[in-house]
Amino acid sequence: MLEMRNVAKMVGGEYHIHPTRLAFDRGSLNVLLGPTLSGKTSLMRLMAGLDRPTSGSVVFDGTDVTGVAVQKRNVAMVYQQFINYPTLTVYENIASPMRIAGKDAATIDREVRKAAELLRLVPYLDRTPLNLSGGQQQRTALARALVKNAGLVLMDEPLANLDYKLREELREELPRIFAQSGAIFVYATTEPSEALLLGGNTATLSEGRVTQFGPTIDVYRRPADLVTAKTFADPPLNFIDVVKTGVSFQYQGTDSLAVPTHLSDVPDGPVTIAFHPHHLGLAAQTANSARLKAQTQISEITGSESFVHMNYNGVRWVMLAPGIHDIDPDTEIEIFLDTRHLMAFGTDGRAIAAAA
Amino acid sequence: MEKTWNNKAWFLVLPVLLLVAFSAVIPLMTVVNYSVQDTFGNNEFFWAGTDWFDEILHSARFWEALQRNLVFSFIILALEIPLGIFIALNMPKKGLGVPICLVLMALPLLIPWNVVGTIWQVFGRVDIGLLGHTLAALGIDYNYVRDPLDAWITVVVMDVWHWTSLVVLLCYAGLVSIPDAYYQAAKIDGASRWSVFRYIQLPKMKRVLLIAVLLRFMDSFMIYTEPFVVTGGGPGNSTTFLSIDLVKTAVGQFDLGPAAAMSIVYFLIILLLSWIFYTVMTSHDADA
Amino acid sequence: MARITLDHIRHAYGPNPTSDAAYALREVDHEWADGGAYALLGPSGCGKTTLLNIISGLLLPSHGRILFDGNDVTNLSTQERNIAQVFQFPVIYDTMTVYDNLAFPLRNRGIAEADVDRRVREMLEIIDLSDWSKRRARRLTADQKQKISLGRGLVRNDVNAILFDEPLTVIDPHMKWVLRSQLKRLHKQFGFTMVYVTHDQTEALTFADKVVVMYEGQIVQIGTPAELFERPSHTFVGYFIGSPGMNVMPAQIDGSAIRLGNETIALDYAPNVAAGDKVELGIRPEFIRIGREGMPVTIARVEDIGRRKIVRASLAGQPIAIVASEDTELPAEPRVRFDPLALNIYANSWRVGREA
Repeated sequence: MLEMRNVAKMVGGEYHIHPTRLAFDRGSLNVLLGPTLSGKTSLMRLMAGLDRPTSGSVVFDGTDVTGVAVQKRNVAMVYQQFINYPTLTVYENIASPMRIAGKDAATIDREVRKAAELLRLVPYLDRTPLNLSGGQQQRTALARALVKNAGLVLMDEPLANLDYKLREELREELPRIFAQSGAIFVYATTEPSEALLLGGNTATLSEGRVTQFGPTIDVYRRPADLVTAKTFADPPLNFIDVVKTGVSFQYQGTDSLAVPTHLSDVPDGPVTIAFHPHHLGLAAQTANSARLKAQTQISEITGSESFVHMNYNGVRWVMLAPGIHDIDPDTEIEIFLDTRHLMAFGTDGRAIAAAA
Repeated sequence: MEKTWNNKAWFLVLPVLLLVAFSAVIPLMTVVNYSVQDTFGNNEFFWAGTDWFDEILHSARFWEALQRNLVFSFIILALEIPLGIFIALNMPKKGLGVPICLVLMALPLLIPWNVVGTIWQVFGRVDIGLLGHTLAALGIDYNYVRDPLDAWITVVVMDVWHWTSLVVLLCYAGLVSIPDAYYQAAKIDGASRWSVFRYIQLPKMKRVLLIAVLLRFMDSFMIYTEPFVVTGGGPGNSTTFLSIDLVKTAVGQFDLGPAAAMSIVYFLIILLLSWIFYTVMTSHDADA
Repeated sequence: MARITLDHIRHAYGPNPTSDAAYALREVDHEWADGGAYALLGPSGCGKTTLLNIISGLLLPSHGRILFDGNDVTNLSTQERNIAQVFQFPVIYDTMTVYDNLAFPLRNRGIAEADVDRRVREMLEIIDLSDWSKRRARRLTADQKQKISLGRGLVRNDVNAILFDEPLTVIDPHMKWVLRSQLKRLHKQFGFTMVYVTHDQTEALTFADKVVVMYEGQIVQIGTPAELFERPSHTFVGYFIGSPGMNVMPAQIDGSAIRLGNETIALDYAPNVAAGDKVELGIRPEFIRIGREGMPVTIARVEDIGRRKIVRASLAGQPIAIVASEDTELPAEPRVRFDPLALNIYANSWRVGREA
């Protein structure tokens, strides 16, 4: 188990990482999700021992490893850039950490072939990395990290430089590979969809702060605050500021919305409502869907679905509707909001209640 | 960024620290020691206080030499930096020409200082030197032994020949690191050759240019070997730079005290000027 | 703006290409409409960047001609073709202000300062950087820099075409949404001919009127996003577009019925396939209904990716992906139904149409 006990990092009097508590179990996959410069890499460096925390301690399997140099800790890292030894074959690249560790030839051969099998690199073992595609190069780097048999494998946006389709395939393979290895995996990404595909646990980061940590799908469905909700939404969330009075949400005194049952405990007063674009539709999803009117701005079609950008009483919303809807700009349309999935946030940005 | 906190790291830099101590700190302290004492040989020293510094700072000979140094460095920078940039801009970026040009450029840098001096001394001689002889044949009255201007021109040309390559290589390294997309974008924006230079190449070369200017300034300000070999500081004192004066004082007249004081003043001037150069040239990075 | 004609263009990087495989770009012969938004989509190495460079004039094709509005521009330089281009990494003039960056291409063309000022101000407004006009460009964020690159292209209203080379690669997911719809709005507003290279299907589909799918140096299909989604003309298009891609399963044709293992699906036409052809059935995961009726499937696992579930199952011994909405309940004995309108038959990887 890897524990970050109130770990903080200050540089020049400013917090790069605010005091952070995290605990990762053996054999778990943990995603660090946040935009560029939110502190993902800094946090990983602290976990790896590349940087020393300003305060707090890093505990690995019950032993305090704060300040122990990275070379002495059993850590493997995979970077966004494909880092391999360019003159060595794929086989030798994968074998390199075991050669350094002084393993015997038979063990090395067995482990290399096992890792190559797992990462589908068997046909390329005799090639050098420069003769491989990006995906194969990154799989080689990944295989090297795996054979090291490290207790902690850190991956900093490992798929960012790969083609979309390759990324999709590797993302699908990774949970299977992780499950077989038994190490603690930490995976940094800027993309919410990547976190969802990988599953496991997710810690959302914003401006050097971990805003929430828990099972990925729970964090997605029940964000603890607005910042987390915004970080963990792709396409971006829609928002509307309303005032709750009894059984309705009042919007600028012009529109009102029946409060759905899961939000009935929300106290009266100002509330920020948030919902995902796919909870808006051109047809009623349930009998209770709220019917609203909006002005269209622009439609984007993905083939099977359409993103319709619109203006709802001065607020910009996006609808993700199934099917193809190329609606002309500045058209008034009727839209339906599936209120079962609304999230509510107080004026302090904390979640009051989220969808079940 | 703080990266390591391993105290053993000090052991790794210890050899370098010792080397620096022997090669720089100890000699410097010796010089400081000499500069405040007087000696008549026999290892007998007398306390002289700041007398030597007083003497130097009030000597016309020192100020004249200093002035010559400043003028010389200014001319060197004014010639070598633009010329270096110009050559670097016109060097091929790919193909067989690259290694050929790089080797050609590196050649002068590989020749020892005194050999450069000797080459030019012979090259410029009116009786047997190719340059001197040719010029004389063309009816140009050129003689670096007799005419101070000719002596200056010879020393300057020699330095430009010897050291422009360094500026070229540094600038070239800066230029090849500019991604192709910048040139393509500039073409598409309809930028002129001058605009490309002014807004893409020059900003991207700034860091290496800073290093080039500093290196060339410090080096040219400390010039010794070449004028010593070619002109010996003459005719008259026309090419007697601080370093030559220093050696004359120390080795020629064996006045260790004044020579040491002079060394320190000389050292401080270089330090101060380098700092000024550095501050001025990096100050642009700070604003935004 | 101009109509772009690609007249039998082929390109090989090496001299004297002998086989088809030596060509980075095999025969391309198409005409692209004035004011159209085209996306070149494909995995790395498919020839899309080669084609873009041929259009921009950075590369002279080995064979064929390129015409703008019927005028041969094959031998003209990039400048003479009068195009704008936005690169993968933002190209900005560091030492200039944001304002001067935008004014640069205009001033270079000797446009009167009053006109320059008017157009630059307009563009600053459009790309939302008015408040930053006096700032040095160097300290801006990646997406702001990319907006400047974009603005420098758009500020010239006389360009023949605007080319984009994976312009959103370095942008955070949230900003991608904003920039993408901004681009789309600009296209609607000004009607520029735009060519957009990407490996990201979402970018390609949402941006373009027509998507050009490339694979191994060939154009495999040009179509609207809906056409590519519903009727992929090659199994590669089916696989590459959509996430997850189309299910492609070996099948047999028996008159007007398809046999898939022991299952038989009736068609209302008889596909014209020759004996010995490799026949495959393609069906998108989105067009498979999972419920209590139809063909029995065995579920391997379910990936909950937030707004929908991806069910990985096997049907008649073949792996199959099914997309279900987030509120779908999976029955104990799941069965699937294919939408009959969404079935595609492939012979030797190419689609066999109803009309054939």
